[in-house]
Amino acid sequence: MLTNTFVQLVLFTALFTAISVPLGLYMARVFEGKPTILDPLLKPVEGAIYRMCGVYPVTEQTWVEYSISMLLFSAVGMVLLYGLERLQQFLPLNPEHLGAVAPDLAFNTAASFTTNTNWQAYAGETTMSYLTQMAGLAYHNFVSAAVGIAVAIALIRGLVRQSAQTIGNFWFDIVRATLWVLLPISIVLSLILIWQGVPQNFKPYVHAKTVEGAEQVIAQGPVASQEAIKELGTNGGGFFNANSSHPYENPTPLTNLLEMLAIISIGAGLTHTFGQMVGNRRQGWVLFITMTLLFLIGAAAAVWIEQRGNPELAALGINTQANASQSGGNMEGKEVRFGIVGSALFATVTTATSCGAVNSMHDSFTPLGGLIPLLNMQIGEIIFGGVGSGLYGMLVMAILSVFIAGLMVGRTPEYLGKKIEGREMKLVMLFILIFPAVILLPAGVAVVTRPGLAGITNPGPHGFTQVLYAFTSAAANNGSAFAGLNANTPFYNVVLAFVMLAGRFMMKIPLLALAGSLAGKKTVPPSAGTFPTDGALFVVLLTGVILIVAGLTFFPADALGPLIEHVAMLHHQLY
Amino acid sequence: MAARKAPAIWDPAIVRSALINSLYKFSPRVLAHNPVMFVVEVTAAVVTVILCADLFRAGAGLVKFELQIALWLWFTVGFANFAEAMAEGRGKAQADNLRRMRTETQAKRINPDGTITTVPASRLRRGDVVLVEAGDVIPSDGEVIEGVAAVNEAAITGESAPVIRESGGDRSAVTGGTTVISDWIKVRITANPGETFLDHMIALVEGAKRQKTPNEIALSILLAGLTIIFMLVCVSLYPFALYNGTARALSLPVLVSLLVCLIPTTIGGLLPAIGIAGMDRLVQRNVLALSGRAVEAAGDVDTLLLDKTGTITLGNRMATEFIPLDGVSERELVEAAQLASLADETPEGRSIVVLAKNKYGLRGHNLSELHASFVPFSARTRMSGVDLDGRHIRKGAADRIVAFVRDNGGEVPAQLNAIVENIARNGGTPLVVADGPRVLGVVHLKDIIKEGIRERFERLHAMGLRTVMITGDNPLTAAAIAKEAGVSDFVAEATPEDKLRIIREEQAQGKLVAMIGDGTNDAPALAQADVGIAMNAGTQAAREAGNMIDLDSNPTKIIEVIEIGKQLLITRGALTTFSIANDVAKYFAIIPAMFPQLGALNVMRLATPQSAILSAVIFNAVIIIALIPLALRGVAYRPLGAAAILARNLLIYGLGGVIVPFIGIKAIDLLVAALHLA
Repeated sequence: MLTNTFVQLVLFTALFTAISVPLGLYMARVFEGKPTILDPLLKPVEGAIYRMCGVYPVTEQTWVEYSISMLLFSAVGMVLLYGLERLQQFLPLNPEHLGAVAPDLAFNTAASFTTNTNWQAYAGETTMSYLTQMAGLAYHNFVSAAVGIAVAIALIRGLVRQSAQTIGNFWFDIVRATLWVLLPISIVLSLILIWQGVPQNFKPYVHAKTVEGAEQVIAQGPVASQEAIKELGTNGGGFFNANSSHPYENPTPLTNLLEMLAIISIGAGLTHTFGQMVGNRRQGWVLFITMTLLFLIGAAAAVWIEQRGNPELAALGINTQANASQSGGNMEGKEVRFGIVGSALFATVTTATSCGAVNSMHDSFTPLGGLIPLLNMQIGEIIFGGVGSGLYGMLVMAILSVFIAGLMVGRTPEYLGKKIEGREMKLVMLFILIFPAVILLPAGVAVVTRPGLAGITNPGPHGFTQVLYAFTSAAANNGSAFAGLNANTPFYNVVLAFVMLAGRFMMKIPLLALAGSLAGKKTVPPSAGTFPTDGALFVVLLTGVILIVAGLTFFPADALGPLIEHVAMLHHQLY
Repeated sequence: MAARKAPAIWDPAIVRSALINSLYKFSPRVLAHNPVMFVVEVTAAVVTVILCADLFRAGAGLVKFELQIALWLWFTVGFANFAEAMAEGRGKAQADNLRRMRTETQAKRINPDGTITTVPASRLRRGDVVLVEAGDVIPSDGEVIEGVAAVNEAAITGESAPVIRESGGDRSAVTGGTTVISDWIKVRITANPGETFLDHMIALVEGAKRQKTPNEIALSILLAGLTIIFMLVCVSLYPFALYNGTARALSLPVLVSLLVCLIPTTIGGLLPAIGIAGMDRLVQRNVLALSGRAVEAAGDVDTLLLDKTGTITLGNRMATEFIPLDGVSERELVEAAQLASLADETPEGRSIVVLAKNKYGLRGHNLSELHASFVPFSARTRMSGVDLDGRHIRKGAADRIVAFVRDNGGEVPAQLNAIVENIARNGGTPLVVADGPRVLGVVHLKDIIKEGIRERFERLHAMGLRTVMITGDNPLTAAAIAKEAGVSDFVAEATPEDKLRIIREEQAQGKLVAMIGDGTNDAPALAQADVGIAMNAGTQAAREAGNMIDLDSNPTKIIEVIEIGKQLLITRGALTTFSIANDVAKYFAIIPAMFPQLGALNVMRLATPQSAILSAVIFNAVIIIALIPLALRGVAYRPLGAAAILARNLLIYGLGGVIVPFIGIKAIDLLVAALHLA
């Protein structure tokens, strides 16, 4: 078992490392406007889009203009998705004649997909028409990911530029991110998924007779095209309710591996894009290694904890050891196809990134096993994270680390030659503050009010974890559910929608302001006295600061959820 | 001079006045500038109110607990106040010394018609002219416009040897409160009452005009942000506990204790003290920073501009060697050189006489006995010498002497050129000696590099600084001296305008530049530099342009200034890191105390929930007192590379910050249990 875990982890790490470097360098070329191999194909399309929309991609934008473009673009997309959901019964491509989505749920879903969260308070196959899935949800899967990448690129420009007023052009960035990065990879991945058995059709659902004579409805649809971008854009919103544990979304071990790689590759690759654009590849590697380190700690812990299983079962004389005929450990809520490692690894991948697709039910993990996905999100979705948002979140943590510890080299703090002063700290603290605020405060309201308590399906600390997980997942724009929580109520739909919007846009605006502020500064050339941010020491420091900040913020809450549940389990009380 | 003696950390007089002053600082209006301590004060007040209410209805056990929590919260604020008052007190002690110098003096004001009126110094205005004679105290800051005098400036520099102040040139500024001990000077007053140098100095060392520096502001924002995060944590903990069914144990005093333990009180309480102490350390080294910003900037300096003369080399070139041409005896050359220099009062001339005496035992001659007539140096001839008994002995630059010899019908041996070039290549100045038509040889004049300067530059380079030497010498000489002194770069044949240009160029690259200057022509460069240190002995213009003043007028002082700037920043960073790292242990003390179900997290095995909370609060307060000496003295600075310093400080203050409170809280808990406090 240990060998299995080890081989899978090492192989997976080696694969995404190998993919991330060329992908990252390619993305740097894309956003610096340098020639790429896809230019002959895509340049005409790009030009046509600009002409059609009447935008001038060469016009540089200040951070305010960039923010306004981003907000308007997102707001319009969100309204369109809401309208599509509400009117789907009148529109084509609805063979199952699904009715209008309820207003609160439609609002929640519109916010969820616009913010790259893909929190789903509905079951896809019984709620959304094919048109809504394709033109509404899949569209946002592309553009919300592109917006994330664009903002990350804008922040990198802020760090690279000197005494500049502008941080790039939003329209240029999202069009390039979509055409050059997301679309080509999605098309290839979709084709592989179709080859592996994922459906891609507009047929009505199939009604089959099972061996026992019961009737089974088998849902169909354009799954493959949505599945690819769901992973690649770290969206995570499943076509079906069961998400990636559904055999039509994730049919084989190969698709399981490819989907995990797709989730992680852009987030990992962007670290190298960063290194390349700032002119020091080591700077990118430092972030990459920090992310990988945190990822491996989480993955190893999750696998180990789940493999140990539940001591209560062992006490009943049930064999929970792994052997040739069974995987052992805690298999509740897991697909036998994936086993402990495949499930725990996927859970770590999907929460370390802000994907939120699941191939097992996190609710059924052991208390500490379930804590790992929760912690991954509480760290702020910066372990590879959401596409773009992972990198900029990590850069904010790097700036914070430099500020806290950087003074200790005897210079006022600087990152990549940019002095970190009062204004930058204000924006950094705002960015860091919003996150716990929109998790802890609404969660506090939910656990003491009637509509909040109504959604909790398990008593005691486990129910608390359900609520905490939901708000964490929404604020972190992850979108994975702990399951168990009955979230399709007006209270949760509306509150979670606002949490998702705050977790996305209230954090992006201080971030773009930070990019603007950094762009306006001079770059101090490094000397022997400069705080070194491209070595092993910085990896240690950054990892320490990330863990301490997240730990200090969420320790009491986590103690009251998973930790108490774990202690109770040791005292023979289960929830 | 030796640095002013720093008072001992726990000097009884300072402690006594600090204790009193820290009481005033409890005023919310004073505390409002420090958000972290303001929050602590509010929580202390809240717990006190609850305590008053509980006095009548709760059991003795709870009252005793709440009383102690309230007291320790007040102590936390008090200790932070005390730290700030201690730092200010050390400055005040210095200011009191200065104030004693500011006794009311009478000034002899020279009226426009030339008559003299005696007026009190406090009535002098800018532009007035006063006469100061031997024994008088100079009534206010000013510039010497006539006369030369020896002035005792011990009042401000602590240096008892008198200095010369004269009109014109770079030594014309005089300071109010200093005493003329010989001769007389006329001084034009340059400061109105209350704006004099002494007034500035008193205000500065007292911290009365202290404003938060840019980095301090940024750090305050970080601390305020962390405080808000921890408030969110504590506020949300209450509904969480309600759900959990353990809210009964979660009284407001307990919740508030958790909040105070988590927010960065250690650095929040010590931050003002660190800043004040940094300025104080500069004053101890006789440097006055006119703003705290300049001290911070000193830590950030990338490039250091240094005048060669006076900073890197001793002021003057000295003769080190006599090189006779072939066919001339060494003694003949030495004798001629000595004769040519006997009446030469320039330092170079004197050094020739001294070398001749020391090395060759040649006694001085009396020129008048020799019936010699001295030919002084002139800009036109660029040589000097002596005529006696029909001999025309001359010394001077090679080209002039060659012309002189040819004029006298002499031949110049080819050998001379080689010697001259060799000396120049090695950074020396060749001085050729001729006797009428004969060239005798060459005197090797050399710049003497100050002792220990090379090591100091090595220290600077290790810190990551670049040193640039500015000199009027030719490139060959400059290169040789630069090599010998070990500077990173040099600019030869530089004019005063070059300094300004170099500073602008460096700044355009984003670098911070420091320089030292004294003359009027240094003023623009001093103003342009990020850290401009003016010599106190310099001109008024230079003193006004710089943002620091070195009272000792010691150009190498800049190195200490940079080290103090770095030390200030390191101390801040170290205590911030320590403060945040401390929180880990506090969670492990308080969370299990709040939620009995989590007893397994009580890794310190603290006696009871109440003693655990009390111990954490006590540790949180006491650590402020324990760190006052570190805040005042500063973290030891070592000139190592940034990575080495960082690794070392992270280990001490980061890892140490995690471990120390586990030990400290456990120890306090044992004590609390032993004394039956909770």
